[in-house]
Amino acid sequence: MAAMDDRPVIAEFADVHRHYVMGKNVVKALNGVSVQVRKGDYLAIMGRSGSGKSTMLNILGGLDRPTSGAYRVGGRDVSKLNDDDLSDVRGREIGFIFQSFNLIPQLTVLENLEVPLFYQGRVGAESRKKAEYLAGRVGLSGRLEHKPMELSGGQQQRVAIARALMNDPLFLLADEATGNLDSNTEKEILDLFDDLRPDGVTIVIVTHNPKVAERADHTLWLKDGQVEKLVDNRAAARDGDAP
Amino acid sequence: MRMVTLGLKSLMLHKLRSSLTTAGILFGVASVIAMLAVGEGASQETLDQYRAMGVSNVLIRSTKPEETQQTSSTSSSWSILGYGMTYAEADRIQNLLPQATVVRVREFQRGLMHGENWASKMIVGTEVAFLDVANLRIKEGRWLTELDQQHQANVCVLGASIAKALFPLENPLGQTVLAGVEDRFEVVGVLDTQGRAASPNGFTLDECVYVPMSSSRRRFGDVVRNPSTNRWESVELHEVKVKLPSSDQVEDAAAVLRFMLQPAHATKGDFEITVPLELLRQEEKQRRMFNLVLAVIASISLLVGGIGIMNVMLATVTERTREIGIRRALGAKKKHIVQQFLVEAGVLSALGGVVGVGLGLIVPEAITYWFGQKTSVMATHVILAFGISAAVGVVFGLYPAWRAANMDPVEALRHE
Ligand SMILES: Nc1ncnc2c1ncn2[C@@H]1O[C@H](COP(=O)(O)OP(=O)(O)OP(=O)(O)O)[C@@H](O)[C@H]1O
Ligand SMILES: [Mg+2]
Repeated sequence: MAAMDDRPVIAEFADVHRHYVMGKNVVKALNGVSVQVRKGDYLAIMGRSGSGKSTMLNILGGLDRPTSGAYRVGGRDVSKLNDDDLSDVRGREIGFIFQSFNLIPQLTVLENLEVPLFYQGRVGAESRKKAEYLAGRVGLSGRLEHKPMELSGGQQQRVAIARALMNDPLFLLADEATGNLDSNTEKEILDLFDDLRPDGVTIVIVTHNPKVAERADHTLWLKDGQVEKLVDNRAAARDGDAP
Repeated sequence: MRMVTLGLKSLMLHKLRSSLTTAGILFGVASVIAMLAVGEGASQETLDQYRAMGVSNVLIRSTKPEETQQTSSTSSSWSILGYGMTYAEADRIQNLLPQATVVRVREFQRGLMHGENWASKMIVGTEVAFLDVANLRIKEGRWLTELDQQHQANVCVLGASIAKALFPLENPLGQTVLAGVEDRFEVVGVLDTQGRAASPNGFTLDECVYVPMSSSRRRFGDVVRNPSTNRWESVELHEVKVKLPSSDQVEDAAAVLRFMLQPAHATKGDFEITVPLELLRQEEKQRRMFNLVLAVIASISLLVGGIGIMNVMLATVTERTREIGIRRALGAKKKHIVQQFLVEAGVLSALGGVVGVGLGLIVPEAITYWFGQKTSVMATHVILAFGISAAVGVVFGLYPAWRAANMDPVEALRHE
């Protein structure tokens, strides 16, 4: 995130506030956050419990709106969009990966993969081909007709990653994506993220786990709804290597 | 289509629950169709009955006076009980309504015999116009003629079933029927099967033997022993049928006849006027009432089914809160969620509707088969029942679907 970076900004917080009114109290879950995410970035968000990580992620994902401030996706302010238009932003620009995988249990892997395109009226031979390709990409070819329950946790999360890629999103949003997995599987999933990066995929993850965060390029530390610091993990690693 | 198969898939998650809910609609639809079919069948039967009695006819029957019936055991059995319509009155009716056809009818119950075969049925003495006024058709031979009437000919025409009973194997034409102990009549014609219900005298038109009025008078006289009370009764005419040129005149004619006959019969009340057209109208009115009542019952049963659907859909929505959150995160708009759950509710009730229609078609058949009750399934009723069931699904699915769509996606995703 050097000043001279010429990669396009695909997601930008400009003095974002998110306040919850609880009776007389106002909880300032986000209290003036400004961040830029550029194409190809791999950003981890960390912070203590209650620091505002999930709130930030919800706004990044278009599931929630800022109380004030602007949130721009691909240069367009989406903070004031109505529900339908915001749904379109989610459907077209964002790929969600959840801690508990969140596959729809009664649907097959193929059908799960097609859900994002379904809501854009793009289900057909094309979407099937794409699902097959992405299933192969995450190492699950031949499992398209399985139900989620027939897959292991790691496999389910791979399906979820493939699903997040189906709509060619501007960026992937992962909320504790490895929180429900053992350390081996966690490593596999993180390796998969690394594999995807040469394709130009942008990734934002929220995590409590420093091991997970350090695989990202940068770590954004939140504290009490504000940016505490933005750490360049590569530089930190170099500093660590050469004391 | 895809929505429907996906909806079916979701319903398969809870097979028992879905089928129980469906059953609510199913029985609602089936019972509506079946009830309507039974009502329709019964009503059509009576309507046919009344139509066959002639919509432009007024029927005047002699009835035995009430109080004499009670005192009959105490009063002398030698006295003759006279009542009912007279020849003179029939003539006056004809004069009063010159454009009408007036047919006189006399009835005698007699044992009828041919060879080995015997049956106790009705001999009807009547006139030529009876055939037309009573809507009868000749199958074989001929009907009674004016000539028969003038010559007091000993000829008769047989109703279809009495012909079968007396002549199971032979052709009855030209044969002789013995009535009582000494009166013989030559069969000149046989009537087509009528199939109507019994007339007030207790016999159907198919069971009667028709002879010229003049012959019956000469043979049997006007004084008859009533076999049930064992008393002598004097009845000139048992029935007078009046056929008007058109059915619009029927009600006026009936009023005139009542007015005319009332004074002479005021004390005994020994006649009764039947207007088939009025009965027809009453029946139609009753049928409309019946249909209205049915519609209310149907609405209630479908309402109950609908509440069942709403209940299940609310449970489904709650259970699948997370799925709703996922779908919203993946780009589903509110309308998509509404659609999804409406389709599910619609599929649920339409399924009940289809099976219900099937059952509703079978049940009337079974009723007809086991109970001999005529039933009639109308296409409009089937369409109506099915349409309502589908509509019920949509209407009662609306609120759960609306609830689903208006969940906060963030909350929904957090739901366990
Ligand atoms: N819907 C809400 N209503 C009221 N307050 C809320 C709501 N959601 C979050 N908060 C508050 O906002 C603050 C930030 O919450 P948030 O969930 O973003 O924290 P977090 O960093 O994700 O924490 P954790 O690591 O525990 O998940 C907290 O004080 C929380 O209580
Ligand atoms: Mg959180």
